Order: sequence, then structure tokens, then C-alpha cells
Amino acid sequence: MSAIELLSWARGPALQFSVAVFIVGILIRVLEIWILGRKKDLSEPKAAGFSAGMRTIFTRSLPPPGMLKYLISGYIFHIGFFVVLFFFVPHILFFKDVLGFAWFGLPNGLIDGITILSLASLLYTLSIRLSDPVRRMLSNFNDYFAWTVTFLPLLTGYLAFHRHITDYTLMLAIHILTVNLLLISFPFTKLTHAVTLFASRWYNGAIAGRKGVKV
Amino acid sequence: MSTPLQLAVNAMKEQIDAPIASFFSSCVHCGLCADACLFYTETCDPKYTPIHKLDLMRSVWSREYTLWGKVLKLLGLNRAITDDDLSKWQELVYDSCTLCGRCSMVCPVGNDIVYMIRKMREAMVVSGHAPEGLKDATVRALETGSPMGVSLTTLEAQIKHAEKESGLSVPMDKQGADYLMLLSSAEIAQFHEIIPAVTRIFHEADVSWTLCSEAFEGTNSGIQIGSSDLAAELLERIVSGAEKLGVKYVISPECGHAYTALRWEGPNLIGRPYSFKVIHILELLDELRQTGRLKTEGMDEMRMTFHDPCQLVRRGGVIEEPRQLLNMVATDFVEMKDYGKWNWCCGGGGGVSANEAAESLRLKVFERKKKQLDEIKVERIVTACSNCRNMLEDGLDENNMDIEVIGLTEMLAEKLTSQKSATSAGDN
Repeated sequence: MSAIELLSWARGPALQFSVAVFIVGILIRVLEIWILGRKKDLSEPKAAGFSAGMRTIFTRSLPPPGMLKYLISGYIFHIGFFVVLFFFVPHILFFKDVLGFAWFGLPNGLIDGITILSLASLLYTLSIRLSDPVRRMLSNFNDYFAWTVTFLPLLTGYLAFHRHITDYTLMLAIHILTVNLLLISFPFTKLTHAVTLFASRWYNGAIAGRKGVKV
Repeated sequence: MSTPLQLAVNAMKEQIDAPIASFFSSCVHCGLCADACLFYTETCDPKYTPIHKLDLMRSVWSREYTLWGKVLKLLGLNRAITDDDLSKWQELVYDSCTLCGRCSMVCPVGNDIVYMIRKMREAMVVSGHAPEGLKDATVRALETGSPMGVSLTTLEAQIKHAEKESGLSVPMDKQGADYLMLLSSAEIAQFHEIIPAVTRIFHEADVSWTLCSEAFEGTNSGIQIGSSDLAAELLERIVSGAEKLGVKYVISPECGHAYTALRWEGPNLIGRPYSFKVIHILELLDELRQTGRLKTEGMDEMRMTFHDPCQLVRRGGVIEEPRQLLNMVATDFVEMKDYGKWNWCCGGGGGVSANEAAESLRLKVFERKKKQLDEIKVERIVTACSNCRNMLEDGLDENNMDIEVIGLTEMLAEKLTSQKSATSAGDN
């Protein structure tokens, strides 16, 4: 199989399969939560729980007092990953093909810098996971696997963009394959949090909110 | 006949609901909850990381309620929990958690960790993995109506004392009163100054109130040990007492878990809404302040702070009231660095104070409160929970710190403006 054939397969059938697994998998994960339901709370509320839950979905993205120091690398990586995914011009062209519309992109030089920052912050979080006693105790195969499948698309994308280092077609094929791996892994790992945190934050905010506490 | 392990697994299965499934689905093992928990910050032992205390429940959730977990279970790739695990986790679920809920405030994905610990305890109780001290307290509560074994006779003696001190009569079983006042065990046994204090305040503020001989204690060991059945049984006594007397309100005393039990868990435990409203004593006092019925004179110039009982602030929503009330009578009221919903626990909530096995750990983690107090150098700590009060006194004593601890209601009573003649509080 030549590099160009690999690329066609990666962004053709392989990508379609991965997206299908991603969508069906996430639906199952959401359904697994939904069907458990919860008992109606019979205590008299002090305030509205629903809106408090909605509020927490947003406010929980902010650092708790005095805790920013633990969260900086997390912010850099999450924002960096999001910006690179949605504001790198070739990605936008890809989304335009699929969705039929496009949006503005950011200069390649900026994307390049953000990618390096994101990779560095991911390496930093890995080092913390390995060195800090709490993070090391909590971590299992799932955590390291999720880290790897998140790191790889950023790394291979970076290498593909810097085509003087590697063979562009081959590296692009590998890049898309790592994206496929990320998509397939999503429903089976803690990466699911990107979807389910809307539920968990809402529940937390709503439970406290009906008691009159903003969390 | 089910084994203890089966009972535990079944109880967990019963407790796991959509919120819990969303919490476990979202956890990314970031470990931030550790930095919010005084059991971790004061010991630096990673096993006290709050979410780790729920590993067994997470395992049950994964194997029983997720498709992927079921596949792994079939392939023998995820381990089932064991009796040994339950024994090991007892310390984590009871000794090192006061149900303070600080971890639930910081989790980036929004996990309400303490919501899960409370439910995890249900499984620990049914499988016989609750601490002896808490079991004893719960048995005493069921047998005598009080976890500290305080009897009606003791209360009656305190009432006589209160009547003598205040010159007012203390209403007991008064049909049709507006408010039924509950007390905590420790208030009757140790901090009985509260009885003349509320008697005088209610007399001055024209509050129609009563005590109830069938239900005088708000403390609920069932909530702390984590048994809904026992908690419901204790609560039914209060509901029945309140309904017989036909009161409009039941006043939750200066006790954190009593408020959680009565105000938030209660209707769910008995399976129906109440025919009365539950109000915390501080909420009522603040209402009386706002309507001009609570009048005080003179200001206390002592440098003082307020220790927020976790169940009142984070888990209860009584946050501003104590501050409004304190500012009414104190000129030098200062906050600790983390206060209100961000307060740090005294170390003895959630049944830890009744758990002898946890005593040395509890005193160790008091270090957090000590640091907070060292920063502000106060002469007095005011609080609104008799359990916190005991734990603070214990911790201060252990650390040779000379700071006075007092309940807020009692402090307000000391500054009360006496306009009425002291005759007949019970006739209001």
C-alpha cells in the first residue's frame, strides 16, 4: 500500500467507521446515564435548581479560589486543542467539505505556536501524573491510554505541517489515523467527559442550587 | 441468605442513579479534589483523595451499568470488589470523610463527590462495615431517642434550670404553637445555656413556640452512619410529634447534620412532603432581626470570627444569616481566609466525632483550622453547631490555644434587649 492509498483509506472508510463508533458510542454512554434516572426530590427548594445547574455548567470552567496553579496546564491544553482543531485553515476546509460551511481561520504561525504549547502542557501533565503521589495513585491504564491518543494527533499534525521533516503524504495519513484512533477511543475512555461533564456539572449545580448554594 | 458482600453490591446498585453515573463517566482522575480535602492537605496521604474513597462504587457502576464494563466483566478484565476491599475502605468512607462537601465545590467536571460518599455509606452499613462508635450512637438514638443517650428526664431537669435562670416558663407539648423547637444532644447534655437563651429571645420577639416531649432531638445518627432506614425512623418521631402538635414550623437546632436530615433529606426519607416547614434557628433569628422583633443592645468588642458548619453553608444554604446576626452585636468580627461556602470543616462532622477509631486523625486534621485561626488571631470563635463547638474546643485544647467558643444564639441572647416582664413565655 502506497502512502497515497493509505491516506485515501484513512480519510475515507476508516474515518467514516471511526466517526460512526464515536457517535454511536457517545449515544450509548449518554443513554447509560439517562436510563438510571433519579428520584424526585420531595424537600421544599430554597431556590431554582434548573437554572443553578445551567450556571454551574459555565462557572465550573473557572478555577476555584487558590487552585489556578493546579489548572494552568489543563487550560492551555484544552484551549490549545480546541483552537488547533477548529481554527487551523486546512481543518476548516475539511469541515467545509463535510458541513458545507466554513469560518475564519488563524494564521499558521500562531497555530504552530499553540500546538507546541499544547504538546508541552500535555507532557507536563504526564510528568505530574507520574510524579505527584495523588495523581500517580489515581492513574490507571485508561489515563495513560487517553493521554496517548490525545497527544498523537497533535504531534503527527505538527510533523505533517512541517513537511521538511517527514514525507508529507505519509505523515498526513498517519495524522488522520491517529485522529481515527482518538475518535474510536472516545466512548471507551475518560475522554467521554467532554460530553458527560455537561450532565455532571448540571446535576451538581442543581443539587446545591435548590438549597440556595451557588457552586 | 445474602453475604455481606452481596448486600453491599446490591445496596450500591440501588443507590447509583443518573447523577452518579454522570459523575463517574466524567471523572478524569485530575486529583484536584485531594487539594480541597483537609484529610489530604493535612496528612499528604494520597489514599485520602476524595474520589479514591469511591473506587468500589465506581467499580460496581462500571461492571453493572456500562456496556463496556459488562464486556470487560465477561472477559474477566475488570475485577469484582471483595470483602477485603470493603474492610479497607471503611476508614476511607468514614474515618477520613466528614461529608463536608468541599471536594464537590472544586471538581472541574462537576462531580458531587460527597453526594456519592453519603450513598456509599448505605452499602457499608448493610454489609456491616460501619465504625463501632457510630453503630453504638445509632443504637442509642433508636433506643432512647438520642445518640448521646440523653433522656427526657435530663431535658426536664435542664428546663427547670432554664426557667429558674430566665424567670420564664418553657413551653412543653403546647398544642397549636407556631414553632416546634428541636435541640441537639450536645445542647441538652453540655450546652444547655441554649434553652434559657431561646426562651428569652422567643419571649421578647413574641414567638409562639414549644418543645415536644416525644421529639426533642434533631440529631440524626442515621444520616451520619448512612442508613436511610434508621434515619427515617428517627425522623418519623419528629414528624409525628410536629403533626400531633399542629405546628407550622419545626426549628432545626444549632447542629449541622440535623439540618441536613430535617430540611433536605427528611421528606425523601419518609417519602412525602411535610405538613410543616423546617427553618434553621439562624434563619428564624435573622427573620426576626429583619422584621425588628429581635432587638439587641450593646456591642461586643472582642475580636471574633465565625466558624461555618459545613452542613449549614455548602450543604444547606444558610450563609448570610449568621453574618447579619453577628454584625448586629459585634464590632470586631473578622472572617477566616476561607469562609462561607469555602469554609474548612472542624474535622468532626459526618459522624467522625462519634467514631473513636478516627480520633487521632481528626485531631491531626484540625491543623487546618488551627492555621486559619492563627492567621486572624481572634479571642472568640462563634459557631452554630454543637458538634463543631465540641470539635473546636477539643482541637483548641489539644493545641493549647486560648480561644473561647460560643454558639451564636447564645451570644445573641446575651445582648438581648429586655423590654418585657419575665413572666409567661409559655403563654405567648
